[in-house]
Amino acid sequence: MKEILSGNEAIARGAYEAGVKVASAYPGTPSTEILENIIRYKEINASWAPNEKVSLEVAMGASFTGARALVAMKHVGVNVAADPLFTLSYTGVKGGLVLVTADDPEMHSSQNEQDNRNYAKFAKMPMLEPGDSRECKEFTRIAFELSEQYDSPVLLRTTTRISHSKSIVELAEPVTGLPVPALVKNAAKQVMLPSNARVRHPLVEERIKNLAAAANTMAINRMELRDPAVGIITSGVCYNYVREVFPEFSTLKLGMVYPLPIDLIRQFAATVDRLFVVEELDPFFEEQIKAQGIAVSGKEFLPLCGELTPERIRTAFATAGIVPGNQPALDENQLQSVPLPGRPPNMCPGCPHRGVFYTLNRLKAYVTGDIGCYTLGFLPPLSAMETCVCMGASIGNASGVVKVVSEEERKKVVAVIGDSTFCHSGVTGLMDMVYNNAPATVIILDNRITAMTGRQDNPASGHTLMDDPTNRLDLPQLCKALGVRHVRVINPFDLDETRSVLEEEMNRPEPSVIITDKPCILVKRAGVFQRGPLYAVNAENCTGCRACLRLGCPAIQWRPNEGAKGISYIDPALCTGCDVCRQLCKFNAIGRAK
Amino acid sequence: MSEQVTNILLVGVGGQGILLASEILSETFMLAGYDVKKSEIHGMSQRGGSVVSHVRFGQEVFSPIVPEGEGDILFGFELMETYRYLPLLKKGGAVVVNDLQIAPSSVLMGKESYPEGLAEKIRLQFPDFLLVDGQGIAREAGNPRAANTALLGAVSRRLEIPESCWMQAFEKMVPAKALDVNKKAFYLGRELKN
Repeated sequence: MKEILSGNEAIARGAYEAGVKVASAYPGTPSTEILENIIRYKEINASWAPNEKVSLEVAMGASFTGARALVAMKHVGVNVAADPLFTLSYTGVKGGLVLVTADDPEMHSSQNEQDNRNYAKFAKMPMLEPGDSRECKEFTRIAFELSEQYDSPVLLRTTTRISHSKSIVELAEPVTGLPVPALVKNAAKQVMLPSNARVRHPLVEERIKNLAAAANTMAINRMELRDPAVGIITSGVCYNYVREVFPEFSTLKLGMVYPLPIDLIRQFAATVDRLFVVEELDPFFEEQIKAQGIAVSGKEFLPLCGELTPERIRTAFATAGIVPGNQPALDENQLQSVPLPGRPPNMCPGCPHRGVFYTLNRLKAYVTGDIGCYTLGFLPPLSAMETCVCMGASIGNASGVVKVVSEEERKKVVAVIGDSTFCHSGVTGLMDMVYNNAPATVIILDNRITAMTGRQDNPASGHTLMDDPTNRLDLPQLCKALGVRHVRVINPFDLDETRSVLEEEMNRPEPSVIITDKPCILVKRAGVFQRGPLYAVNAENCTGCRACLRLGCPAIQWRPNEGAKGISYIDPALCTGCDVCRQLCKFNAIGRAK
Repeated sequence: MSEQVTNILLVGVGGQGILLASEILSETFMLAGYDVKKSEIHGMSQRGGSVVSHVRFGQEVFSPIVPEGEGDILFGFELMETYRYLPLLKKGGAVVVNDLQIAPSSVLMGKESYPEGLAEKIRLQFPDFLLVDGQGIAREAGNPRAANTALLGAVSRRLEIPESCWMQAFEKMVPAKALDVNKKAFYLGRELKN
């Protein structure tokens, strides 16, 4: 049967067909939909972990019993999982273990665009890179086979254009006859004391050498000889871009991007007149090929930053003198003659974060931010964020700032972090803040969901990935247990309360935590988010002061041609009745719609 | 069956249902026996940001994204976003656009104004231009939420795909209780002429 699947859906399907028993992940764009789709297959025990490190450790445990296990994360998630990953390389596996790293060239939804192919070389493990959804499914199966054959974890690398593109996939039945998982004692292989680890390291080196030799004959490393004038070594989505723009050129498509098939590359180089590498981000292939003394061009023409596209590749080959320059398809004088306003993303109408950032802005706070929807609090008109680095960094950043600034400035320092991000890696930061008495204020925006990646459950939401009810982490109790003496739970839709509690805690010369207690408007579970009454602007009372516009609520619109100097208007299709704008209006112009 | 790859771009604002429309298009092309690829960006861009989805079909499709200046049809859900993505279209490409303006945040806040006369400016560059009253047709079909289906109908006129494939795709992807209204909106859109 044929289906149109995204790369992520195809990896989920591939895991099912490969007989995976355990799947664990922390959501992160562009990897999130892998686990969201894996739950269609009831044979797989799938769960959200609090962070990527835990998810990998869960998968390792399953693998040690002989079960096949899959973990999925975005590229920066691998940084979090790197600690177990590097030693997993030494222990090896029993059941196949595949880690999907979903990279984000162009940073469509990320804070950096690190090239995770480097992890394969660094941690000495093989990495496969599919070029479309059909390969996503096929390579997932191959990855599990390689993992068991070579006693190694296998990295499966996608990029945003693979994860989120759809193409046609032929479905198959799952494999049968895999061993039944059970407790297996093999301490020398799995207890990485120095004496055991020293035995394992040479085996790791031998393994990667064996894989490099086998790479030369693997079917997924495919030489396609066409015009011998130009040969292009490429992988992943770039292969498809190359075939799109230069259907006549010869290609060597690498399905396994580490270790490289050096003999095959040498053979290909000898067949073509001019050799190129087309790869996104780092010159990962190029440097290794050059180190073998093979003449090749790549990054002298292709960009190091951002994703490649058919036109960027075409431009690079024009610069290299291989093809003539581009002809613009349209008259550029005509196009873009109208300057268009941009359309940045925005917090939703009724978002419980909006009033908090409005208040932080009014209090001129110095906000150390974190990763989530609330990072949008950086954008105008809220404009209340000074740092945002990685998951959990807000709290450590705030501790560092208050260590060195004046007592007056200390009172301005507020760390802002979401519930899911706090669970992921904020807890240890707060532990440090209390332990070392850094007098900053932490706001945990508890909206009961991991919102930015599309509404995933987490330890503080009270439900699992499979939608089963579970313990709901008690955030106030946890903060108290860490030693925070002042933990305040507030309604972020009440601006007076929000402001007075914030002022009080910011002035307090010790660490304190404020937890906001209103759900994300996108939570679909019954009884969590409740829409309030509709609000409307009374045109007679509206003086056009624009105070409500400082919220940046998508439901509030400025109508310049109405009233004496313009008035505000509330779109009834968007208003959720959060009541925040009403509290800002000094002229009683905003009230319940009649 | 055409050897050429046909390139369609769906553009608009996050939350308008562009992803579902592009899924229905892709399903239809697969049912018609073509190779299909589609690509879009999820995540940050969904929070009311600008959205573009690429759908390509033909005998064999390589790139999941449409090379700049090679789009055959620009399928716009909102006027300003349609104008923004015109450089993706080829000379003589077709534009089918919903007669809808959604103000971005700077316009909502009164800092900038929504550009005027965009439809006429697009028509000057792309004579194969159809402005669709998506909401109006959807109301006529019985549900204002079927606007996207009306637009799909208008786009379908420009593609040589058997009607049965469209209907099969709707039956697979639209909930049963909304099927009749959506079919009606599709046919109303399909009858529209430039």
